[in-house]
Amino acid sequence: MPKRDKPLVLLEEFRVKNAPEDYGMADKKWNFKKFVKGFSIDIKRMENSEMEFDLIGIQPAFANAFRRLMLSEVPSMAIEKVMIKNNTSIIQDEVLAHRLGLIPLKADPRLFEYRPEDATEGTEFDTLEFTLKVKCTANTAQSKDSYRTEDLYINHSVYSSQIKWHPIGNQASVYKEADVGSVHDNILISKMRPGHELDLHLVAVKGIGKDHAKFSPVATASYRLLPEIKLTREVSGSQATLLQSCFSPGVIGLGPDGKAFVRDARYDTCSRNVYRYDEIKDAVILSRVRDHFIFNVESVGAMSPNIIFVEAVKILKDKCKSLLDELNKF
Amino acid sequence: MLSLAGDDESSLTCRTYIFQDESHTLGNALKCIISRYEDVQFCGYTVPHPAEAKMHFRIQTYETPALEILKRGLKDLEKVCDHTVNLFESEVKEFCKS
Repeated sequence: MPKRDKPLVLLEEFRVKNAPEDYGMADKKWNFKKFVKGFSIDIKRMENSEMEFDLIGIQPAFANAFRRLMLSEVPSMAIEKVMIKNNTSIIQDEVLAHRLGLIPLKADPRLFEYRPEDATEGTEFDTLEFTLKVKCTANTAQSKDSYRTEDLYINHSVYSSQIKWHPIGNQASVYKEADVGSVHDNILISKMRPGHELDLHLVAVKGIGKDHAKFSPVATASYRLLPEIKLTREVSGSQATLLQSCFSPGVIGLGPDGKAFVRDARYDTCSRNVYRYDEIKDAVILSRVRDHFIFNVESVGAMSPNIIFVEAVKILKDKCKSLLDELNKF
Repeated sequence: MLSLAGDDESSLTCRTYIFQDESHTLGNALKCIISRYEDVQFCGYTVPHPAEAKMHFRIQTYETPALEILKRGLKDLEKVCDHTVNLFESEVKEFCKS
């Protein structure tokens, strides 16, 4: 990667200050070619539900827009309506319905449409239907003298795995049961005792996080700026170990000659602990790179995080497009 | 979705646009582009009340009509999005390969 001028914010002992030669990114005239040239993406880590990547050389306004879009405007499916035919458990109807709404579903929201506001009946294109029918009874088969609930009762805990999917219309041939149900099988919904019964009809629809947090496809989506630490003089011996203890593990390394060096500032918490020690506080310059955003996206389970990010950016694009179409009618 | 506030008397270079159902997400990103255009004197946005899903977007220019500037801004933001998606997807592909 070519070397570039990094705009820095200096984290001093009592204040946060922009570097003196940095006149702020907002002053530069807009130029798309320059933006493309200065912008790069670096993927650091990508697992099934978690991802870490860097957006380098981008305006904070864009980075924040992407973050906000992931949280509140990328759609996902969640249980929205609960028809309660019978609920004799101790958990109240409305609390139960709320709990059910928060269960993450595996269904891919891109394959569904939004349900029209005036629709009373769901169609196969915008609705998923489930039932949850559980009855708790005493376990008559148990012979040994045990007081453990799992020996005494049958169905004393209701888990998300007991939610059953009922395909409507053509859904059975399009989706498999494993593609639409709960992401986790072991979410405890309610606890029951003999005589308690649940008989529920659940309706899941597509929605966005702006409407209710249960529709948000991410558990977290956040960014932070890349820390940068510079040593201004040689630090060795006991001062070096003291310096090391002021930062997160792995940030400061000790050379074979006992001299401290900056190994990797990326995962530092920027705690500014160094400023507590007069003997070493002159040895470091703490800063963050103002246009280097480290994104952390953690998916709830329906879509992988890289798809969530792409969807978020596409939503911003679609917003611009529809507004432009509207403006061109003026 | 989009309407004009009552500033018809002033010249075409000064306008406040009201975006329905938009917020800081679009407002700030768009402001970030438009305020850095050559001919723009002032550009700012506000969400006047948190309970109302409205975003006011003000553009004042020296010569170019504000509407033209707004269109240009939206086009540029679209280009930024396109570039981001393309770059991100190619980086993901690269990452999966290694």
